[in-house]
Amino acid sequence: MLESYLKSRLIEKKILLMTHIVLGYPSFEECFKIIETMVNAGVDLMELQIPFSEPIADGPVILHANQKSLAEGSTVEKCLDFAQNVTRSFDIPFLFMSYYNILFKYGIDRFAVAMAERNMKGAIVPDLPPEEGQDYLNAMKQYNLDPIFIFSPTTPDERMNYLASFGRGFIYCVARKGVTGLDTDFSGQLNKYLERCRMATHLPLALGFGVKDKNDIDFLKGKTDIAVIGTQTIRLVEKKGVGAVGEFIGSLR
Amino acid sequence: MIDRGYYEGFGGAYLPEILVATFDDLEDKFIKAKNDPSFWQEYTDIMSTYSCRPTPVTFAENLTNHFNGARIYIKREDLNHTGAHKVNNVMGQGLLVKRMGKTRVIAETGAGQHGVATATMAAKFGFKCTIYMGEVDVQRQRPNVFWMDRLGAEVIPVREGTRILKDAINEAFRDWVGNMDMTHYVLGTACGPHPFPEMVSYFQSIIGKEARKQILDKEGRLPSRIYACVGGGSNALGIFKGFLNDPVELVGVEAGGRGLDSGRHAARLSSKDASIGVAQGYKTYFLQDSDGQMKETHSVAAGLDYVGVSPILAYLKESGRVRFESATDREVVDAMSLTIKKEGLIPALESAHAFVQAFKEAPKLSKEDIILINQSGRGDKDIFTVADAFDDPRWKEFIKKKAEEYNA
Repeated sequence: MLESYLKSRLIEKKILLMTHIVLGYPSFEECFKIIETMVNAGVDLMELQIPFSEPIADGPVILHANQKSLAEGSTVEKCLDFAQNVTRSFDIPFLFMSYYNILFKYGIDRFAVAMAERNMKGAIVPDLPPEEGQDYLNAMKQYNLDPIFIFSPTTPDERMNYLASFGRGFIYCVARKGVTGLDTDFSGQLNKYLERCRMATHLPLALGFGVKDKNDIDFLKGKTDIAVIGTQTIRLVEKKGVGAVGEFIGSLR
Repeated sequence: MIDRGYYEGFGGAYLPEILVATFDDLEDKFIKAKNDPSFWQEYTDIMSTYSCRPTPVTFAENLTNHFNGARIYIKREDLNHTGAHKVNNVMGQGLLVKRMGKTRVIAETGAGQHGVATATMAAKFGFKCTIYMGEVDVQRQRPNVFWMDRLGAEVIPVREGTRILKDAINEAFRDWVGNMDMTHYVLGTACGPHPFPEMVSYFQSIIGKEARKQILDKEGRLPSRIYACVGGGSNALGIFKGFLNDPVELVGVEAGGRGLDSGRHAARLSSKDASIGVAQGYKTYFLQDSDGQMKETHSVAAGLDYVGVSPILAYLKESGRVRFESATDREVVDAMSLTIKKEGLIPALESAHAFVQAFKEAPKLSKEDIILINQSGRGDKDIFTVADAFDDPRWKEFIKKKAEEYNA
């Protein structure tokens, strides 16, 4: 479903854009405005992060967004209500991103049902390798949701094949070592890695971690199918407010 | 029992993909070392020449007479170099780091004992060293911060989250995901993703191996009960592992803080407040809310002030092999005070939790019974906290004068 949507979009566009926001940060109202702006500016899909108190794969910007959202009273239930509202209002695919404990405590099956009821398309769970994810994989399959798996530059070819055998929708390729929000060197090294990723799967490839401007995205055209903008828009909202998001997204392609 | 580091459903390795290869390599090197008979020999050699192993078992005659019940013995992990059991794990992992050819080590620390031990090991082996420590713990464990600085480690105060041990662990992981090529993360307790729980308790098992032999040599029979404090669980597992197959009751004592009813504690296995979850790479009992967000914990002892607990202990709790109790901050200071006066021993605030429970039970046992308390560390580091707890007027006067000197 998600895969065919992405592939049809790719007929019209050289590269797709996925953006990432942390739900409830700066507030749910502002999140809604950010999403509206992003959709109008041509973003192709979005990941909505349900905040968690221990986001170990995230760097300082997204970490603070998680903490502030929780401090303001965000709950999983509020995030689910918000998602319902968003999928009714906007016609692009939305994914949840969160850490495994959020799904585990809610109940894996119940979470999958909640996602399906809200017309969410899939989930990215960065601390859940397939070895630990049998219940999750079963539930996602049962409710026709796409589990997005992650490749990293340290992943050997054989393991890429293994991960791809569980993934649906697309594969999220982490550009480099380190947490979210640090600089990435868009160079020949990345080309080789993306070639390895391409060899391992027929699924579309998304590249994230450190993508921040048009130059980065131009570099990625033809090498990856989706560019992921995460930390950069959160920084932008912090510095210049929600109003600056539309222009920024517009400047990327 | 073990499958991907599972202990009847607890444990596992919930890792971001970027770290999977690093963990595969670590597990491989650990298993090779474990299967190499010369490795344990190398380990015990360095522990006997650089630290103070075997640490003695001391008969606490005055405490025994005071309580007029069981014969009380104390395993003296406080006599280790750097003052606590932490060095057992650190030196073991240090030898592995050499085998892996890495040149930098990072660690989290709560009380600072693990940080000091890691900084010491790094100085000896010539590694670069960075220690992550919650800002709250930096405040309450200043003497250890001072020594880490002197040992050449970079101490980074962690200002995220609750600013204590769990937050220091998160920051250490964030460092590691960027620097795993040449850096090893010396996790300080039997928690985290596989193989850490197994590896840390393997190195700490030297405590129980020695203690079993020592008590048999002295008394010709096994103790009835063994008491150990439980933060992450490394000293407890270390001593318990020597007696798992014996008819010996094992008692883990958690931080009761201001009392279990207060909500201000760090009791995961002895209170009703914790539930099973997955965080920091492993599945265990966590103090968390119904959404799975980790709660703030409290203890007078920074080293026990942690939101999760070893998956191996969670399993031993469920199987009924280990009994879990808790001790309040107040009880801990009283037990420490009594031990100092009666025996001239200064247990760390962490270790004093074990003493509290032993003191509660000793009078009810017969004079034929033997009990063994693991004194996991020494209390000198706690001088500021303990001085406050005793509201010591002469100490306050000294600090005021010292501050005036610096201001002059």
